[in-house]
Amino acid sequence: MKKKDINEIEKQMKLANEGLPEKERALFSDARPSSVAPLNKYLEGFLNWARSRSMWMLAFGTGCGATELRPLMTSRFDMSRFGIAPRPTPRQAAIFVVGGYASIKTIKRIVRSYEEMQGPKYVIALGSCTINGGMYYDSYYTINRLDYYIPVDIYIAGCMPRPEALIAGFNRLKEKIRAGECEGMNKYTDNFDWYKKNQKQIIKDWNMPDYNW
Amino acid sequence: MNIWIKILYAIISISVATIYGLILGGFVRKIYARAHGRFGPPIWQPFLDIIQTHGRRVAISHGVMYYLGPVFRLGGGLGTYLFIPVIYGSVVFANFSMAGDLLLVMYFIFFGQLGMALGAGQGGHPYSPLGIARGLAQMSAFEVPFSLAVIAVAIQYQSLNITTIVAAQQGSILNWTLFTNPFAVIAAMISLLGMNMHSPFSIVLAPQEIPIGPPIEMNGSFLGILQTNRGLFAAAKLVLFMNLFFGGATNLLIMVIKTFFIYLVSVIVGASFPRFRPEQSFRFFLKWPTIIGIIGIIFVAYF
Amino acid sequence: MEQILNRIKDKIEIKISTKKRDDLYFFTVEKEQIEFILSYLKEQENFTHLAFMQAVDYLEDGKFQLTYMLYNYKIHINLGVNVLIDRKKAEMFSMHKLWPHIWQYQREIHELFGINFPGSPRVNESFVLEGWEEIPPMRRDFDTLEYSEKTFYQRPGRSTNDPKEYMKEKMYKNYADTPTIRREK
Repeated sequence: MKKKDINEIEKQMKLANEGLPEKERALFSDARPSSVAPLNKYLEGFLNWARSRSMWMLAFGTGCGATELRPLMTSRFDMSRFGIAPRPTPRQAAIFVVGGYASIKTIKRIVRSYEEMQGPKYVIALGSCTINGGMYYDSYYTINRLDYYIPVDIYIAGCMPRPEALIAGFNRLKEKIRAGECEGMNKYTDNFDWYKKNQKQIIKDWNMPDYNW
Repeated sequence: MNIWIKILYAIISISVATIYGLILGGFVRKIYARAHGRFGPPIWQPFLDIIQTHGRRVAISHGVMYYLGPVFRLGGGLGTYLFIPVIYGSVVFANFSMAGDLLLVMYFIFFGQLGMALGAGQGGHPYSPLGIARGLAQMSAFEVPFSLAVIAVAIQYQSLNITTIVAAQQGSILNWTLFTNPFAVIAAMISLLGMNMHSPFSIVLAPQEIPIGPPIEMNGSFLGILQTNRGLFAAAKLVLFMNLFFGGATNLLIMVIKTFFIYLVSVIVGASFPRFRPEQSFRFFLKWPTIIGIIGIIFVAYF
Repeated sequence: MEQILNRIKDKIEIKISTKKRDDLYFFTVEKEQIEFILSYLKEQENFTHLAFMQAVDYLEDGKFQLTYMLYNYKIHINLGVNVLIDRKKAEMFSMHKLWPHIWQYQREIHELFGINFPGSPRVNESFVLEGWEEIPPMRRDFDTLEYSEKTFYQRPGRSTNDPKEYMKEKMYKNYADTPTIRREK
């Protein structure tokens, strides 16, 4: 293939950043996210072992889910004995905990925080509302299925699930990470256009870059 | 001595200090958890955290200074450590100690924070300058009693060489600075509380107020370097305090025991007190510890 | 409280007046008199605190009912002042000169019910709905289920049960009567 053709293809691959005003577009990257292949079997196995034992989570507490996340770090449930630690910023976290129903206003922030996390990143979705809408299935402003907007690794059913259920979910995620089954980030980048189409379908005033690196 | 052997010794010394500092960090997390009535993470949790942060597949960077920030921080930690003789009389752990190294060490304690300020500032997040401003202000505040204590020690032993100071404290337990000049030691121990940044002086990395402060944008390997430095720097500070005030150590076991108990002071205070507000913290350091430090100098100069 | 009500009755005509509790009263006034009555209650009768403001959609009557909930710190009484406005010409006077914080309630009602408040500060900014394009969702002629099915992806296999039958089947099989929730009359 000629070099000129490659340049043109690359130009088409660039993100439009249509939501941003013209003068701000230069401030944000328009590069598409690219998937990163896992390393060889043994090295990736070793890293997965470390990742499964040091789980840094970003708790995105929406509604009642936030109430069930807080007791996790108290002395009664004590998540730190499993190596789970809360991180206050998405840059450092590896596990994204979506705590319950997500309105459209919230899903905008969820997408943004999820994309700001540095991968490999895993998503835990709490409660029935993230699975099929739960008791908000007929609401005009809460989404029904979270996995149409960001890839989800573990669902914890319940309305709301108790902290014990959360710990069970974390342990299940731990097993999945050890087995190397959690490739949510690569799934997101491979199906990037599909996820973006779904997100833009409900977020009408898209005023952020197409990919929040 | 052959320079290659010297480098080999330095690498051994740095690794031992880093591993010791990280284990100490894990141990302290366990102690905190026990004080809260929890089980707490395993002692080797800091190592897992470092492997995990280095194992990230992507890492976002914000420019050249962003790369240099963690490097400066680690440079500050290494510089602090490498000029302190860890074990009195040992060749391997003598590091690069020389005449007047005490001033250099004090400079390096400050250096890492300044480098970090440059790097974190380029991250562009509003909370990092806030954390840096708090950190630098608090550092200036606790440097005052610490400097007074160091001046008292320098006057007492007529030397700025750490090896000489340690040598002068050998023999009996009563030769330690702790017993020959208790005021200077008290002032320095209070400033150590600020240096270790446990509560009530944990205003820099306050996750509930300014989400984690300066390293808020740091991710992946950048954060891994900072965590490594945290272990090394903790060990270096403790060894410095042990050398200046608690008679040094003649072997590794005594070093571990002494530094652990010095660190335990910080941990006990940290587990029992809530966090200060920034201005309370600054005022605290400039009030009683400073007065005690001046008394220490007068004590050593005129009595 | 009765004295206050009598004093108000001397000045304007009150349509409906109800007493819900000893410390909770409601009355309904005309739209034109709302500005006068609210400022009178605030200045003369010590109802200085506006607790909240809410709207109700009476679709069958073609009216919106706005409720201004006031509180008196001296005699500790809640007073709701209702006003009915026409649904077709949904417009109301802005009260932000009496209570500055009312702009937030007016902004919310403007967004969720589509009632206009001319002159209220920042009333056109979006409150919870960012980029809403349909008719205001709290109006009762807006079908939320239909909108939800149209917009959000349904997960197949969802089933619903009648709570009474389901509880009888699962929990109270051996009892003759299913216990029902008793409500006070």
